[in-house]
Amino acid sequence: MSVLVNKDSKVLVQGITGGEGTFHTSQMLQYGTNVVGGVTPGKGGTMYGGKGDDMFTRELPVFNTVRDAVTATQANVSIIFVPAPMAADAILEAIDAGIGVIICITEGVPVNDMITVRARLDQSNAVLIGPNCPGIITPGEAKIGIMPGFIFSKGPIGLVSRSGTLTYEAVKQLTDVGLGQTTCIGIGGDPIIGTKFIDAIKLFNEDPETEAIVMIGEIGGNAEEEAAEYIKANVKKPVVGFIAGQTAPPGRRMGHAGAIISGGKGTAADKMATMKACGIHVVESPASIGITMKNVLAAGGSKPAAAKPAAKKAAAKTSKK
Amino acid sequence: MNIHEYQAKELLRAHGVPVLIGKPVFSAAEAGAVAFTDFVQRGVNTIVLKAQIHAGGRGKGTVHDPVTNAAIDVDGKPLRGVTVIHGGNIADRAYNVANGLLGNKLVTVQTGPDGKIVRRAFIEEGCAIAHEYYCSILLDRQTSRNLIMVSTEGGVEIEHVAETTPEKILKEWIDPTEGFQGYQARRLAFGLGLSGTAYKSFVSFIQKLYAAYVSMDCSMLEVNPLVVTDEGSFVALDAKVNFDDNAMFRHPDFEALRDIDEEEPLEVEAGKYSLNYIKLDGNVGCMVNGAGLAMGTMDIIQLAGGRPANFLDVGGGANVERIANAFRIMMSDPNVEAVLINIFGGIVRCDRVANGILQALQQVKVGVPVIVRLDGTNAEEARKILIDSGLNFLVAATLQDAADKVTEALSASQTA
Repeated sequence: MSVLVNKDSKVLVQGITGGEGTFHTSQMLQYGTNVVGGVTPGKGGTMYGGKGDDMFTRELPVFNTVRDAVTATQANVSIIFVPAPMAADAILEAIDAGIGVIICITEGVPVNDMITVRARLDQSNAVLIGPNCPGIITPGEAKIGIMPGFIFSKGPIGLVSRSGTLTYEAVKQLTDVGLGQTTCIGIGGDPIIGTKFIDAIKLFNEDPETEAIVMIGEIGGNAEEEAAEYIKANVKKPVVGFIAGQTAPPGRRMGHAGAIISGGKGTAADKMATMKACGIHVVESPASIGITMKNVLAAGGSKPAAAKPAAKKAAAKTSKK
Repeated sequence: MNIHEYQAKELLRAHGVPVLIGKPVFSAAEAGAVAFTDFVQRGVNTIVLKAQIHAGGRGKGTVHDPVTNAAIDVDGKPLRGVTVIHGGNIADRAYNVANGLLGNKLVTVQTGPDGKIVRRAFIEEGCAIAHEYYCSILLDRQTSRNLIMVSTEGGVEIEHVAETTPEKILKEWIDPTEGFQGYQARRLAFGLGLSGTAYKSFVSFIQKLYAAYVSMDCSMLEVNPLVVTDEGSFVALDAKVNFDDNAMFRHPDFEALRDIDEEEPLEVEAGKYSLNYIKLDGNVGCMVNGAGLAMGTMDIIQLAGGRPANFLDVGGGANVERIANAFRIMMSDPNVEAVLINIFGGIVRCDRVANGILQALQQVKVGVPVIVRLDGTNAEEARKILIDSGLNFLVAATLQDAADKVTEALSASQTA
C-alpha cells in the first residue's frame, strides 16, 4: 500500500513540451511511472517523444486542454511544470477537469493567486501537492516529481517534508539504515500550499503499510504545530521530526517563500517544543534522522511518548561514532 | 522587497488612500528649499522631517556620526529620526535637521547597534491628530486568506497589544471569492467606536487600502499610526509595505523603488547571479543546494560548535559558473574561518559541482579549511575529482562526517 499515488496512477504532465516538463517526463518514464499524456495549449493532437538529450521511452499524446486529456486517457493525476505566472490557472484547470491528485512543481507562484486556488480547492475533492515542491513518490511504483529516484526504496516509512533536498538527505539516511518508504510527499516551501502536514499525517496514519512517519518542517507558519496536536490525539505510529532553521535570523526569508520568522512567531524552538510535547521524536541534527528512526523502531515503541527517552539516548550515542 | 515610507505613500496616494502632502529630499540644501517652496509658501506652519531607512522605531532612534559615533545635536537637543518643526524659520530649521540626519547613522531598536546611514529624508505636512489607531493587512497562513486587523491602540508595537490586550485587536478575514465586503468595513468601524464623519471616512479609507493591497500584490501593508484628524478624516501617518516577491513580474515598475544602499552588498552581488544568499554574523561559511538543506546545514554547523556565516542556496540547477560565483561571494566575508560545502546531488550531478569548486578555487585564494560533502548522483566520481586535485580539501562522506570535520577544523584553528 501507499498513499495518493501508485503504479495504477494515470499521470498527465501539464507543460510537457517545455524544458523542465520534457526533462522530468523522460525521468518519470524511466522510473516506470505510468505517464499517459501531456497538455500544451496549441499542440493538441500531436505526439511528443522528448527532445535533445531527454528522449522519452515512448511517445505520448499531447492535448490542448486538461479536460480533453482526461476524456481521452482517464488520467487521474496531474503534474504541473508551467511557469509561475500561469501556474495557478493550470491548477484551476486540473481541478475543473476532475483530476484527483494535482502536483504543482512550479516555484514562485504569487500568494494572491494561491489564495484563489486554495478557496477553489476547499470546494472540491481534489488534492493539491505544492506548489514549490519536489512532488510525490511511491518507491518502485510511481515517481511523480523531480526527485532522484535511485535514492528511494520500498519499505515501511511514510515521509512528509517542506523541503526538497532535505527530503533526499533524510531518504538517503533511511535507505542507508535499511528503512524503505511507503510514500514520500514533498509538500512545498510556500506560505499557501495544498496538502499540509496534517493532511499527509492523516493519510500515513490510515495506511496499513506505513509503520512509522518522518516529518521534516522548517521555520515559519504553524503547520508543524497543527500536525503535532493531531499526532498527539490520533496517531499511534512513531513519528520522527526535524525542524530546519534553528539558526535562522528573524524577519529574513530563508530561500523558501514560507520560511520566515515574523513577529517572533514560527521559530524552530517553538515548533520543536510543541512537537516534543506531543510525543514526536525530535532530532536536533538533520544528520540523525535515519539512525533515530532505526532506534525508535528497534525499541519497538509504537507509542511515540513512551518510546521517547530511551530512543533519544540511543540516537545520541550512535550518531557520535 | 521593502520600500521607503515616502515611496509607500506615493503608491497609496495613487490608489486613492488619504496621505499627507510630502516630498523626499536627498540633501540639506534641498530640504531647506523644499520646506520653503512646497510648505512655507503655502502657509504651512508645521512640517515633519523623517529619516528614510528600511527599519522601524525611527521616532525614538538616535543619530550618530558614523566615524566617531558622537551623538548629533540640533538646536541643543539630541536629534531623533523624526523631528516636528513648528513655527520659527521653518526652512532654516529643516536645513539644520536634514544636515544632521543625512550622511549620519540612525540607531533604532530595529537596526541593531550599528545603525543605518540615512541617505534620504522625507518632509511632510503636519496635521492635527485627534486619535491614533492601528491598521494592517497581511496574509494569514492558517486560513490561507488575507486578514485585516485594526485597533484603537495606535502608535505602539502591535505585538505588545496582542500580548497585553488582545481583545483590542479587531480582525476581518477576506473571502477571495467575495472580496472585502461593506459590512466587514462597517463592522470594523463600529468596533473602533466610530460615528459620524469619522465613521464614513474610515469605511472609505479601509476599502481603498485593501484595494491597494491586492492590486499591488503586497504581502504586508501596515499603517501605524493611522490617525483621525480634528476634522474627522482618516489619514495614513506612516506606511510600511512589503511586496510578494513572487508577484513582481506583474509590477516591473516596482524595481525602480528598490534602494540598493539599504541592502547588504554581498546579498546584492549574489542577487546578480540569482543566488539566494543571506549574510549572517558567524564564522563558518556554507554553500548548499536547496533552502531546507541549507537551513539544516546551518543548524549542523551550530551543533558542531561553530556559527553559520551565511545562508547560501545555489539551487537545483547548480552549474560550474554558479558554483564558482557562489564560492567567491561566500569567501568575501572576512569572518569566515572554515567552509562547509554540502551538496546533495539529485538532478544536479556531483562531478559537475566538484569541477565548479575546483574552478572557483583558481579564482579565489582560500586560506581556511574547506570541508566538502557531496552525496547523491555521481558522488564517487566527485570525491575522486576533489582528492586527485591535490588541493587541501577535507572530503566528507555523510552529513554527520561533515559536521565532525567542521568541529575538528574549528578546534585546530583555535589552537593554531
